Amino acid sequence: MAILINETTRIIVQGFTGKIGTFHAQDMINYGSNVVGGITPGKGGQKHLDRPVFNTVKEAVNQVGAEASIIFVPPAFAADSIMEAADAGIKYCVAITDGIPTQDMMKVKNFLRRFPKEERMVLTGPNCAGTISPGRAMLGIMPGHIYKQGNVGIVGRSGTLGYEAADQMKALGIGVSTSVGIGGDPINGSSHRDILEIFEQDSETKVVIMIGEIGGPQEVEAGLYAKEHMTKPLIAYIAGLTAPEGRRMGHAGAIISSAGESAAEKVAILRELGVTICPTPAAMGETVAAVLAKL
Amino acid sequence: MDIHEYQAKELLAGYGVKIAEGGLAYSPEEAVQRAREIGGNVWAVKAQIHSGARGKAGGIKICKTHDEVEAAAEALLGKKLVTHQTGPAGKVCGRLYIEAGTNIVKELYFSFLVDRSSERIVMVGSAQGGMEIEDLAANNPDALTKIYISPAVGLQDYQAREMAFALGLEPALLSHAVKTIKGCYRALRDLDASMLEINPLVINSNNELIALDAKMGFDDNALFRQHKVAELRDKTQEDPRETAAGDRGLSYVGLDGDIGCMINGAGLAMATMDMIKLAGGEPANFLDVGGGASAERTEKAFRLVLADKGVKAMLVNIFAGINRCDWIAEGVVEAVKKIDMKIPLIVRLSGTNVEEGRRIIAESGLPIITADTLAEAAEKAVKARNEVVANER
Repeated sequence: MAILINETTRIIVQGFTGKIGTFHAQDMINYGSNVVGGITPGKGGQKHLDRPVFNTVKEAVNQVGAEASIIFVPPAFAADSIMEAADAGIKYCVAITDGIPTQDMMKVKNFLRRFPKEERMVLTGPNCAGTISPGRAMLGIMPGHIYKQGNVGIVGRSGTLGYEAADQMKALGIGVSTSVGIGGDPINGSSHRDILEIFEQDSETKVVIMIGEIGGPQEVEAGLYAKEHMTKPLIAYIAGLTAPEGRRMGHAGAIISSAGESAAEKVAILRELGVTICPTPAAMGETVAAVLAKL
Repeated sequence: MDIHEYQAKELLAGYGVKIAEGGLAYSPEEAVQRAREIGGNVWAVKAQIHSGARGKAGGIKICKTHDEVEAAAEALLGKKLVTHQTGPAGKVCGRLYIEAGTNIVKELYFSFLVDRSSERIVMVGSAQGGMEIEDLAANNPDALTKIYISPAVGLQDYQAREMAFALGLEPALLSHAVKTIKGCYRALRDLDASMLEINPLVINSNNELIALDAKMGFDDNALFRQHKVAELRDKTQEDPRETAAGDRGLSYVGLDGDIGCMINGAGLAMATMDMIKLAGGEPANFLDVGGGASAERTEKAFRLVLADKGVKAMLVNIFAGINRCDWIAEGVVEAVKKIDMKIPLIVRLSGTNVEEGRRIIAESGLPIITADTLAEAAEKAVKARNEVVANER
């Protein structure tokens, strides 16, 4: 099954005709994703990459049945694009854009909550590498070839660290059901916990690895959820053992600003909650292998 | 981005928040001049550095004569102040704020923060001011009142009133308090601030609410639309290496170790630093070169890492996604040749076009140590560093 996307998911690209949008749309098409068109306001009616361009997301939903979208719109306009997608009835949206103002994201989250849960668009990102269901579809900017199809779910904040995990797993012959990047910003569309809930429902996913980092409450929230509600084993790695307090480590969200947000503290709490901890970032593959072996 | 107290106060005054009369000084003479202009017979001479807890570090001096103002200014200008927020390196005071003395009747705590759990702005207040919020939260959490603000409609009057009562203000002060609280909120919202702290907010002997201190931090992602705020940046308060990195579009944080790092992606960078530590070493820096690591960018990153003369070995760890390992390898080879590196370099490449990248490194004839995995890279970097240190002895 995989989660969020598969080979039939009808995908549109917001910011389709720009340089970055074009490059990654082509890459997704090459991977086999079902890209059915894109949005560039003012260029509706044209063709791009052999697919229709629409002025609005609503047109794309009405005319080609768009279900999922990926956003390559610049930071100043990205929040608006996300809300447009949600209002048009898109089910799943990945926001790749890095640098969206925090207040804009608060408005987006508030806007999304207006929809009843069953109609609410799932948003992942911003500032993420996207989502991939290996062998089926890619809605992101990752190197698709490093992922092997399988039954481990990955959820993580960081793009390249997620690649590292997938690569270590592939070297051991372990595949991935879906890998979801939730992004490095302080306020993001979906939390670790939100994605765990979806993985828990997926028959194909047997175990989940959560790749977290310093800052914010989301890793602990996910650990609490796993303890109470998850039947599948959860494995975690938390990056940032060497990060000093009060210093932002690249990601806007990766900053230790209050008690309980350091890597050591998160690891201690997660271990207490029964989560299997990867002792080092080089041991993500072998830790997953060990947990799989016990199933 | 952080700003100085005097800048925050100027901004807040524009939103109707009452502040004591004050002025900026860059020299002892100017400090005395400001004191004369302000008048009265008590002044606070306040060091302007990007940090809280300045009082404890000796950065605030109460003066009763112009001579005392001059002496205080003399002592503070150019002085390095160390607080728990600045770290051991401290921050040098280059500007002073001279402020009229305030007769304090009561000190309160008041702030706005971004709350990541509720994904809202939270307003925090306490009738027990002057203390550090961390101490207050740890020792007496019940003394803190938190009010969450809906991003759709913003702060409402009733919420401002609730806060005023929670702060223990008497009814006579209510309308003034609501005006102050709402003014602070509008400043935060309009200027894309991510935090605003007034500690202490005081009631003076004229029964007025005065922002005696003010601290504001801004969302870097929003500076593109806050030109007025962006102009308030004081680069002298930042680590020069971090400023240089930021100007080159790189993300750098200087640390205390001696193994230099260049990595793509913030998460992988943190993980690689962790790996160095687990292998027995200490990273000298965090450096995320981002997605498009061109040859030019790679060279800049190398120069930045090597500008730290304490670096004994350098580790490059790139997992190429959009990037290609062969491009990275070419950039690294070029940079090493140009810079004439004197310390060991360990390179680990993975991802797109990895074979080609490794071939370029191998055929370069340069003494680059290569590694295939993250663990191997960290171990080799620590070993190389240890050899350098042993040879120095």
